[in-house]
Amino acid sequence: MPSLEVVRETGRVLRLCAACMYCDGLCPVFPALSGKHENSGADMIYLANLCHNCRACWDDCQYAPPHAFAVNVPATLAAMRRDSYADYVWPGALAGAFRRPALGAAIFVGVALAVMLIVLAPHGSWGALHWARLGSGSFYAVAPLGLMMGLAGASVGWAVLSLAISTLRFGRAISGDARSHFSPRALKLAAAEIVTLRHLDGGGAGCKEYGPRFSQRRRVFHQIMVAGFVLLVAATLAAAFLQHFLGVLPPFAHMSLPVVLGVAGGFAVVVGTTGLLAIEVRSEREPSERGETRLNLVFLVMIETVVLSGLALLLWRDTAAMGPLLALHLGLVTGFFAAIPATKAVHAPFRAAAILRSAMERLSRRRREARNAAASD
Amino acid sequence: MTTTWDVLVIGGGVAGLSAVIAARRLGGSARLVESAPLALRGGNARHARNFRIAHAEPEFFAPGAYPEDEFLSELVRTTGGGTDAELARSLIADTTDVVDWLAGNGVRLQNPATSAIPFSRRTAFLLGGGKAMINALYQTAEKIGVVIGYDSKAKVLGRSGDGFWEVEIRNGAATERVRANALVAASGGPRALAEGLVLRGGAYSDGAWMQRMIEAGAQTIGDPASGHMVAVDARGPQVDGGIVTRITALPYGLVVDRNAIAIGLPGADSGRAHYAKWGARIAQCPEGLSFLILDSDGLRRAPPSALEPVRAETPAGLAEALGLDGVALARAFEGCKKLAGPPFFAFPMRAGLTFVHFGLAVDGHMRVKTRDGGIFPTLFAAGMIMAANILPRGYLAGLGVTLAVVSGRRAGEAAARHALA
Repeated sequence: MPSLEVVRETGRVLRLCAACMYCDGLCPVFPALSGKHENSGADMIYLANLCHNCRACWDDCQYAPPHAFAVNVPATLAAMRRDSYADYVWPGALAGAFRRPALGAAIFVGVALAVMLIVLAPHGSWGALHWARLGSGSFYAVAPLGLMMGLAGASVGWAVLSLAISTLRFGRAISGDARSHFSPRALKLAAAEIVTLRHLDGGGAGCKEYGPRFSQRRRVFHQIMVAGFVLLVAATLAAAFLQHFLGVLPPFAHMSLPVVLGVAGGFAVVVGTTGLLAIEVRSEREPSERGETRLNLVFLVMIETVVLSGLALLLWRDTAAMGPLLALHLGLVTGFFAAIPATKAVHAPFRAAAILRSAMERLSRRRREARNAAASD
Repeated sequence: MTTTWDVLVIGGGVAGLSAVIAARRLGGSARLVESAPLALRGGNARHARNFRIAHAEPEFFAPGAYPEDEFLSELVRTTGGGTDAELARSLIADTTDVVDWLAGNGVRLQNPATSAIPFSRRTAFLLGGGKAMINALYQTAEKIGVVIGYDSKAKVLGRSGDGFWEVEIRNGAATERVRANALVAASGGPRALAEGLVLRGGAYSDGAWMQRMIEAGAQTIGDPASGHMVAVDARGPQVDGGIVTRITALPYGLVVDRNAIAIGLPGADSGRAHYAKWGARIAQCPEGLSFLILDSDGLRRAPPSALEPVRAETPAGLAEALGLDGVALARAFEGCKKLAGPPFFAFPMRAGLTFVHFGLAVDGHMRVKTRDGGIFPTLFAAGMIMAANILPRGYLAGLGVTLAVVSGRRAGEAAARHALA
């Protein structure tokens, strides 16, 4: 259960919002409150995750502090959202990572170090890695294929399993009556809104950053980062293809598909995460919830560290540094996937589920209104 | 050092902003004095939602058409013929380009298709509400070179030999002397109508400026004892409660006063303007206090309220929770057909004042008239301080912002033209 204090404050704020409704053109959170005297716990969790934290409503709110009502929708929903991550994460033992975001970072670093030791152990010392031979197949001289596959399989499998179960738990909690409104059109609408980050546009002007500044930069940097991640997955698949079907062993040539995709993806992720970090660091603090800011920072730094280690490996793979760099990269990648269930990564499937419910409800309302209009003609 | 300004605008609500932006765009040096701190700037417009505009054909922000003549005839009707028809007609003509003007100054409007509330052909809705508009106008004013001071009070010291206004601007302990060729007073209307009233607008527009101008010989218009009032939740803040504390479900339940005696509105307990009549009725109750009591069905029909209603299972329990006489309340319940059964819900209510039907008389250029039949040639008034010229009684939804923009723009332009001539 979310903490009583968070539930009370969310209930108080959403009640005021429902009575006011001035923000109904900014994002779907507010129209979803229309006419509602009260929100169930499940609805609060749904709305908290539907909120993209663009903060347009913070600047526009006539009841923001120092007004006596002290309405702070972005920070209130962020606290609720963070509680929902802790409540629905599987296994429940990871809940603490959303109350103390440093725990996610600890899993990341701990697993990375452990993997580095595992890779290193057969060689006896870092020094021995210097002697790894160069050229085709040299990566496997540092870490055997079986070990690499084992580490990747276990960490990615764990991440996918945990995120899937967490999301199912969350989805079941928020779906309620909405389930009966499912339609392929709703799925299509939700997908379009996810791909374009439609609801991060603050009703048109974009996200609030600092001072009176609004921009679409968060939307753009986020999707550059996601596109980079997709390219990195493609690079991995291309590498597997080359090895299994064509018998080419890594490291691959600079102009090969895996390297080209990997470099493009790596740069995109670095640009995206750096941009997001710069915005996060400079954002106004008052509408931010400290815990969520920490989750964001930990996750962004994690992503950027992993990708930079990969780019470093590419840059110096023909030198004596290759062995240690490969061990470092393997460690960080494994640590990343091991830690993912306990990081801000959960926001992606949770928010996607909330957007899907919102899309279903909006389409069903539109159908109902069209029917009513037809009936009254 | 004393600075000199072409136009000095007193009051940073939407009227003052419109005046100062219009003056600056004509090339005059312009300064804005706002009494509120930055976080609470913008006067009552912070609480605005929509504004009334005439338009000849469907627009993206409003369907259908709202002809100028229809606008005027509705204004004449609500004011019982009291409006200055000539001035009203020319200001209504100005409303046709208010949307373009606001949009040109960074204000965004809502597409009716995204709105959760019913839209009308008479008004355009501000995306994000009045505070979003205020923020955009301040940003524009800064960008085009208007000098803005918050937490500042202006006091007119007199006029120098060359006709310039000598003004002292006080910000905390710091004071500054400035000279201005023309002054625009956009400092809001009077607020103190009666004891026990809740002020729905901001705490910073107190009508003190207007009072000093009256003392300096300005001609007044309207009735200082009449105001636009609605029922508001008595538990809300004493000032600045805005839209959310408004109680509109009175027709669905029982209304009693402090003595648990049922009160009503003879002949008018429903219809669109009922809550304005209820405001005046509640103001007359003992201690200005009354209570709306609803059953579950009434509560379901009521719009969401900022504060949770008081809940009780019996009339006696409700009387105790509200501090009312149980016997009297039981009698009131017996006489009421609107309450089916428990549980019961109650909202304590006071009258919330939106504005007073009283202000300064102006001519067509928004110049303030003097009591002896002349005018102050370099003193202009805009917004609620001159609203009584148009609204000596009654109200039309969305007229406040519209009036502020058209009067502010006209005052600012006239002031700049005078200063630059």
